[in-house]
Amino acid sequence: MQPLLELKNIRQAYGQQLVVNDLSLALEKGQIGCLLGPSGCGKTSVLRCIAGFEPVLAGEILLNGVKVSGDGVFLPPEQRHIGMVFQDYALFPHLTVSANIGFGLHRLPQSERAPRVDELLQTVGLADAASKYPHELSGGQQQRVALARALAPRPDLLLLDEPFSNLDVSLRERLSLEVREILKGQNATAILVTHDQNEAFAIADEIGIMHRGEIQQWDSAYNLYHRPANRFVADFIGQGVFLPGKVLDPQRVEIELGILTADIPHQCAPNDQVCGKDCQVDVLLRPDDIVHDDASPLQAVVLHKAFRGADILYTLSLPSGASALSLVPSHHNHAIGEKIGIRLEADHVVAFPSS
Amino acid sequence: MKDETLSVAVQNGNALSGFSRLPSSNRRPASGWRLIPFLVAALVLIPIGTVLSSFFAPASDIWQHLVATTLPGLLLNTFWLALGVVSGTALLGVSLAWLTAVCEFPGRKFFSWALLLPLAVPAYVTAFVMLGLFDFTGPLQTALRAWLGPDSWFPEVRGRLGVITVMVLAFYPYVYLLARNAFLTQGKRSLEAAQSLGFNRTQGFFKVALPMARPWIAGGVMLALMETLADFGTVAVFNYDTFTTAIYKAWFGMFSLSAASQLASLLLVIVFALIVVEQQVRARMRYAESKQSARADRITLHGWHAAAASALALGTLFFAFLLPVGQLGIWAASSFAQDFDARYLEFLWHSLLLSALAALLTCTVALLLVYAARRHPDAATRNAVRIATLGYALPGTVLAVGMFVPLAGLDNWLGEMALQLFQIETGLLIQGTLAIMLLAYMTRFLAVSHSPIDSAMQRITGSIDEAAMSLGLNGWAMLRRVHLPILKSGIFTAATLVFVDVMKEMPITLMTRPFGWDTLAVRIFEMTAEGAWEQAALPAVALVLAGLVPIILFMRQTEK
Repeated sequence: MQPLLELKNIRQAYGQQLVVNDLSLALEKGQIGCLLGPSGCGKTSVLRCIAGFEPVLAGEILLNGVKVSGDGVFLPPEQRHIGMVFQDYALFPHLTVSANIGFGLHRLPQSERAPRVDELLQTVGLADAASKYPHELSGGQQQRVALARALAPRPDLLLLDEPFSNLDVSLRERLSLEVREILKGQNATAILVTHDQNEAFAIADEIGIMHRGEIQQWDSAYNLYHRPANRFVADFIGQGVFLPGKVLDPQRVEIELGILTADIPHQCAPNDQVCGKDCQVDVLLRPDDIVHDDASPLQAVVLHKAFRGADILYTLSLPSGASALSLVPSHHNHAIGEKIGIRLEADHVVAFPSS
Repeated sequence: MKDETLSVAVQNGNALSGFSRLPSSNRRPASGWRLIPFLVAALVLIPIGTVLSSFFAPASDIWQHLVATTLPGLLLNTFWLALGVVSGTALLGVSLAWLTAVCEFPGRKFFSWALLLPLAVPAYVTAFVMLGLFDFTGPLQTALRAWLGPDSWFPEVRGRLGVITVMVLAFYPYVYLLARNAFLTQGKRSLEAAQSLGFNRTQGFFKVALPMARPWIAGGVMLALMETLADFGTVAVFNYDTFTTAIYKAWFGMFSLSAASQLASLLLVIVFALIVVEQQVRARMRYAESKQSARADRITLHGWHAAAASALALGTLFFAFLLPVGQLGIWAASSFAQDFDARYLEFLWHSLLLSALAALLTCTVALLLVYAARRHPDAATRNAVRIATLGYALPGTVLAVGMFVPLAGLDNWLGEMALQLFQIETGLLIQGTLAIMLLAYMTRFLAVSHSPIDSAMQRITGSIDEAAMSLGLNGWAMLRRVHLPILKSGIFTAATLVFVDVMKEMPITLMTRPFGWDTLAVRIFEMTAEGAWEQAALPAVALVLAGLVPIILFMRQTEK
């Protein structure tokens, strides 16, 4: 099946500085994608290229198989049928909520406009605020108006640029789940840009981790966490530490805490060689890979602790002096400096060539 | 009033809304402070009341004569003038604002500040220079006649179109300044939002940018309109009869103060209608205010689009500033030798003295108002302050009549009382002094000084006072070491604005000055009345130089 959106090796720069470098991605209809990365990684530039606010320097962008950017082709943004939710919402302050939502419906026959606006007001739960002005709404309400306005003309693709960054944290989580439901309910295809992984996990089906203008890995949230493609992704997503290890055979790797048994991912070998016996690697250990066990002969000293309600995140000092993280149910309350027993409990191995 | 616009544009309404307040509970009630705003408001209401009451006065013969002969013409002239200036300033101001705020074309940076320069030239100065240049006897027509023959046709410069053109050139910066401010704060984000909803840039301008800027544009047009209605000098130069010149002629030509004030009452009614509209516009400006978004790229104009943009900006700057100022310079240089004498220095001295006194008086009253409102942050005080700063909307001719009538009455009454009670011949106590003039200036320019001082006062929050008190400062020490340093720049701005405005002011000075008290503006009026353009140029140069001061101040302020 032809993807709805396809980016082929696009490149974008501000002055001398390359901000998007040979980036490619594809999105199927009905999918919600996300570009996740630290600020300045070029993710917003990608979005603006797709929307048509910026041209691409090289490469091409295809929408429904039709080229809209690249090789001298440039379809202006108003003809792309792409909706956008801006970081600052960019609501029109001189128009009411319903006029804002109905703003892009000028191609619809007059009789169909009001029902569509009403439908969206219902969808985003703002029916009571229809005749209010943007400045009378709370941040969360403004956000929903921006979403409804962008969805109203039924765009082929919806772009969301850091849509929750202006909201406080508690609202962010609730709204991001709401937005996913709304998008799925409208069967919309969307790309979200954010620096907040929780937001990305809550909304997106597929997530691309961006760094220095390139996509490091395009995958599901589960795989990004448990099967990171490189060190950057492993560092950026979730928490964890690297411990040096030695490959015993293709099924086993030995580290300080014992022997891990699992398929060793091929990327652990430098230069695409197969990772053989005695190969030195760094093994990623997530906080949930190390469990607390009083009966275990393996002991570690508590360096720091962070109480998180249901559990406590301990930073431990291993006998070799390396540190590791362990997530422990919070009734196991140990003091800093205390020795506690730990045990490995990892069912797969993430390892990279030793650095 | 020009400078009112400047400060409004800078503070963008935040000075107008809200007052930061001290907890007044821990202070003993100071009844003196309580009264100040009401006294000042009363001072503004006296001329308004005087003039309005003459609306209902019995019609004199002169009034009936005026109604029969000149009134329809006055109304018609005023109507066409207002219509012309409103549409002209809106068109020119908005297009220049859009070009310099959103587009990129050769010279854009230079033009974006240079287009404010015409604010330094009083409209009546532009007027007499244009007349001197383009009138029948002017160099242009003379040259054209010599070339094309004596019967060649040339548009009538002295007519309606001439006045409208001059006023549009003089007043478009109000619209330009406010509209530009609106376009700049909108950012490009809303245009992009419109594009993502399927509108191209041209449609986006008309559907989004223009409606969003509408309150600001309306505010600018409103100021231009008020200046137009208040204008005396320009229409006097052009001999284009409007209410202001009719008031002057009724008083000083027909010696009928009652007819003058009846005319003034009609003008006042028109102005009141405008004030109501203006207050609503201001309120909407506050609500429609959007936060500054990141400046995205400008729309780069190419080819003849860019050339047309540059040409429009250059043409406007040329006719509104370069040409009048250049011609003034030439005339002033040629008449300098014979005109720069003791009398000129006397005009200059009078102008400077009057401006300084008015600035001192107006800023003092503004400070008192601001402090009173800070001590008593209640609705009654706020309304009194609003009324007290309403004077900027009153045309100088109306104020002159409205101040002169009651004060001359008081003067006569005092004289009679003194004669009856003490058998003393006092003569005129008030009319021979600068009192009427200064009071009228104060009424007219209080808003100009109130706005910067008030916004400076917003920075002294209640907690600043409390911090000073906790460090052992109180009373005068706090005033000297905390308040004055914070208020200093606001007071300085206010004083400068009033000083320059009073220097350029014409009708109040002309109508209420003590006999023989001529200023630069009065000299210009007298010389232009005789068509002696060269003689008017030297004093005009001084006014233009003074007028540049607040613009430079404003530019330095916005650059920060």
